[in-house]
Amino acid sequence: MKTRIELAAPFVFGAMALGLWQFAVWAMGVPPYVLPGPIAIAAAYAGDYAVLNPALVSTLTVTFTALAAATAIGVALAVAMAASSLFRAAVQPWAVMLQVTPVVAIAPLIIIWVNQPFVALVVCAAIVAFFPILSNTAAGLAAVPSDLLDLFKLNGATRWQTLFLLQLPSALPSFLTGLRISGTLALVGAVVAEFVAGSGGFASGLAYRIIEASYRLEIPRMFAALFLLGISGIVIYAALGLLSAALLRRRDGA
Amino acid sequence: MLAIQSVSKRFDNGTLALENISAIIETGEFVALLGPSGCGKSTLLRLIAGLETASNGSITWNEGKQPGPGDIGFVFQDATLLPWATAAENVYLPLRLRGRRKADVAGLIDATLSRVGLQDFIQTRPKALSGGMKMRVSIARALVSDPLVLLMDEPFAALDEFTRHRLQEDLRSLWRQSGKTIVFVTHSIYEATYLASRIIIMSPRPGRIATDIRSSIPEGANRRGSPEYTALVNAITNTLRQAAPE
Repeated sequence: MKTRIELAAPFVFGAMALGLWQFAVWAMGVPPYVLPGPIAIAAAYAGDYAVLNPALVSTLTVTFTALAAATAIGVALAVAMAASSLFRAAVQPWAVMLQVTPVVAIAPLIIIWVNQPFVALVVCAAIVAFFPILSNTAAGLAAVPSDLLDLFKLNGATRWQTLFLLQLPSALPSFLTGLRISGTLALVGAVVAEFVAGSGGFASGLAYRIIEASYRLEIPRMFAALFLLGISGIVIYAALGLLSAALLRRRDGA
Repeated sequence: MLAIQSVSKRFDNGTLALENISAIIETGEFVALLGPSGCGKSTLLRLIAGLETASNGSITWNEGKQPGPGDIGFVFQDATLLPWATAAENVYLPLRLRGRRKADVAGLIDATLSRVGLQDFIQTRPKALSGGMKMRVSIARALVSDPLVLLMDEPFAALDEFTRHRLQEDLRSLWRQSGKTIVFVTHSIYEATYLASRIIIMSPRPGRIATDIRSSIPEGANRRGSPEYTALVNAITNTLRQAAPE
């Protein structure tokens, strides 16, 4: 359990950093088109929230759809890999290859291949996000204590019984760790895909607003959009952490 | 009920774990397999369970009738409970795997948990149970399907001494009440002497049967304090010294 000071620490640290930033910008007379201070950024958000908030919703829609797709694909592949070592041997190197391929490089192609802009963005974000779920779930499925597998064998368990009553519940903590990493990666993937797609894509996400603001030298507005992204990342990470703690508490009892 | 005939086991890496083991285990016996680490006693237990196959020789059940699912109760060194399941759900597992409905066996599960002294912890999850209680759940899980034989692989080795004594006493009275055949692997001379009606001493590398002793310690509250107990401990100690020099 975190102490009160630990809970307050990130807010205090953030406020101090913002204060220092504001002071530095003011003291050194940095113009806002080079580096706006936090007050200018807040003012830009106050003026533009009617544009920025829907853009955030659009990006988050892509993020969560991609996370759901990544979860489904990652878990399904992990289960198949646990069931068949041949499948694992065949697929694992290609999954790693997909993971290290920069999504910036393949996003233009995906946007051409997939006619629907929304689906194209989701595909890009899901490619970025699925690997931690796959590798963590696969590790969790493989880490079932051998004694328990023996116990299931002695009692004549079928493969499905072993999967649903033993392997999947055992892999839950590892899966949740992967999900937490993938949650923030899905956001990164969505933003990168929006960047590449630009106005040819969905033209409504936060990345598009960032590009637009930078073209127009509306730097405070650009920073406001960046802040929204950053805060979304923190919220997604924290929310998945809380979800994971709640699920595990429910699973194993208080 | 169980005939082990000239069984040898060589692992894939070439290690000869067991060589020419023969023994006949009768129904209702409490057999301790005793020996130092690496003498193959756990491997022999896994062969009996059918979790490993013998390289040579045979293990025959009741004149040829092979045990089916649930005929073998196995208790591992760790309790190996499902952490997300209550004591009752853990005990239900072997029955569930064979398609029994929970409502039909709820009474049996409660009764089995009562037999191991856990009547007040039926709905408790492993996290909230002590090490000894977890092991009791594990024993109940092995007993619930009324197996032909209970195979136990150093089940009390990880428990503190006080808890171990309590569990040993309870296991013995459970055996006396049920007449269940038990094969119990241990490296503790005292545990084997206290628990078993028959002690098979194994020597290491490769595992062979050094001696097969029938216990004649009188029943009663003072089992551990009787002269027969001390004499048997000394006899086993000497045998082990000869069978497995340093």
